[in-house]
Amino acid sequence: MSNKLTIALPSKGRLMEKAQDLFAAAGYEISRIGSARGYQGKISGIEDAEVAFLSAGEIAQSLMDGTIDIGVTGEDLLRETMPDADALVDMSVRLGFGHADVIVALPKCWLDVATMADLDEVCEDWYATHNKRLRVATKYLRITRRFFADKGVTGYRIVESLGATEGAPASGTAQVIVDITSTGSTLEANNLKVLDDGLIFQSEAVLGVAKKALPDQRISDMQAKLLEQLET
Amino acid sequence: MPGKSSDYRTKLAVQNEQLMGLFEAAGHEFIEPEIIQPADVFLERTGEDLRSRTYVFSDPEGNELCLRPDLTVPTCRYHLASAPTPQSQARYSYNGPAFRHANTNATTKGPREFGQLGLEWFGAENAQNAEAEIFNLTIAAMEKAGLKNYTVRIGDLGLFNALLGAMDMPERWRRRLAHEFWRPLAFHKLLRHLTGQQPFATTSCDDLVAKLATDKSDTKAVVETVLDEENWALVPGRTSDDIARRLAEKASDKNAMPLSSQIADTINAYLSIHGTLDTIPAKLEDLGLFSDDRFASACADLNKRFDLFGLDAMKNGSISFAAEFGRSLEYYTGFVFQIEVEDKDGAPMVIAGGGRYDDLISDIGKCVSVPAVGCAIYSERLLNAVEGQNS
Repeated sequence: MSNKLTIALPSKGRLMEKAQDLFAAAGYEISRIGSARGYQGKISGIEDAEVAFLSAGEIAQSLMDGTIDIGVTGEDLLRETMPDADALVDMSVRLGFGHADVIVALPKCWLDVATMADLDEVCEDWYATHNKRLRVATKYLRITRRFFADKGVTGYRIVESLGATEGAPASGTAQVIVDITSTGSTLEANNLKVLDDGLIFQSEAVLGVAKKALPDQRISDMQAKLLEQLET
Repeated sequence: MPGKSSDYRTKLAVQNEQLMGLFEAAGHEFIEPEIIQPADVFLERTGEDLRSRTYVFSDPEGNELCLRPDLTVPTCRYHLASAPTPQSQARYSYNGPAFRHANTNATTKGPREFGQLGLEWFGAENAQNAEAEIFNLTIAAMEKAGLKNYTVRIGDLGLFNALLGAMDMPERWRRRLAHEFWRPLAFHKLLRHLTGQQPFATTSCDDLVAKLATDKSDTKAVVETVLDEENWALVPGRTSDDIARRLAEKASDKNAMPLSSQIADTINAYLSIHGTLDTIPAKLEDLGLFSDDRFASACADLNKRFDLFGLDAMKNGSISFAAEFGRSLEYYTGFVFQIEVEDKDGAPMVIAGGGRYDDLISDIGKCVSVPAVGCAIYSERLLNAVEGQNS
């Protein structure tokens, strides 16, 4: 009658625990098949569905590829993985954990720079002085390119950074960073400030539903039950 | 169709051979720049935005390479490698494929792989002569290919800079207006801000700027005091002088505000100038700016160019000038032109374009300004347009 639904959850960490607790509270018991480290699971309270435990990054990728129907992952990863996440994925159920702001930050000592428009001017000055482009360190390549293009800032280059991004300005490998921050303490410790208009978006864990799996009553029910649970 | 048929390939080859013959007869050496180019040159010049249109990839050593998105930069690289000095005069022609992402945005909507043939002229002594010759050769190519009902639009980006120079305003505003010129919406917003019609959004450095605007103390000393008190170390690449200079400019902007609405009106009046070539000199004169030598001489250069155009050879096209034209085009620094036809839905389709791009050689690594003018023709679009008109 209906297709088998594949629901992906993060395979470890706080994201997994919080997601499992929330699903349980909404009436969906999730359990692993086989050992506690198995990557397949069962889910109660919904017909004809299976659970896959994947890394948060794989969940975003699989939602794009269409190999899963539903996945719990960070909005930042969805937006980074897909050229147009809003067209492919319904993110209307926001899960209330995994909060982090994706921001543009630069050294506090740049007293003259408060906005993306200032940064644009500094990019031009930088090129004129150094004959190379100002560097932006980030792991969010797509998000950075899109946001900077929207703001009309084009004269920069990205240095891919897979960790300790906030250290880049002090070491000189980059001058600006695009990163996630939750409390701002790491930025503070590294003497970095967020630009006035440098909040790209406020990310949190979401129930990502592949739009091509819709409409499906089972999914609508799940979204409704999770939302009900989130409101209490 | 995934490829060209034998019949189409033959027609295209015949067309291209005719055009290349025309260019070679005019003294342009036929060269073949490399298809695979080092991405660094393109990325440093254009910035990260290039990736949204260009195929960038890595070799096993991790060097970033790209498929050339056009043939102009590759021809500049060829020139730098082969000419005795960057300023040496050289005239080139080329014919080959270029590559861009399809459908990334409206302007690049089209095939991933397309033919481009064109001309470049480096180090020409007489600017207007070189521009007119490139222009005339492009028109000759359109006529030779049998194109009909085409429109030629021309503009002059140098004239806009001369106009800004003739206006009484702080140098920094000129730089900002010139910088935003490429983005019309942002440009008009900036103009409204500068005239005070729309206040600038408040920012987190306003307090410091306001303090500096009233207090006449040394900006650099103020910067160093703040950094010292807060214990914010400078990061490599920007000195306290750099920071102080921008703050001082912001402070003097505050005192210079607002830009007179009369100046904004003149800028807008200039940007709205358009029409057939014979009507343009009078419209430029009406701006009342000929007392400024630079602007007057830029206008005189424009007229000189008009005189050098061999418009009698243009049997099947029409030509007009628009001050605003050239805004959205890459590279160009001065005279700019574009040839369009209507596609079968009545939408404009660009067949060829060209102009002056004096900054390009210095942008790709040699710190010298080399006068450069060129044109590029989309060879398949040209053939398709001619075939469509004849069917």
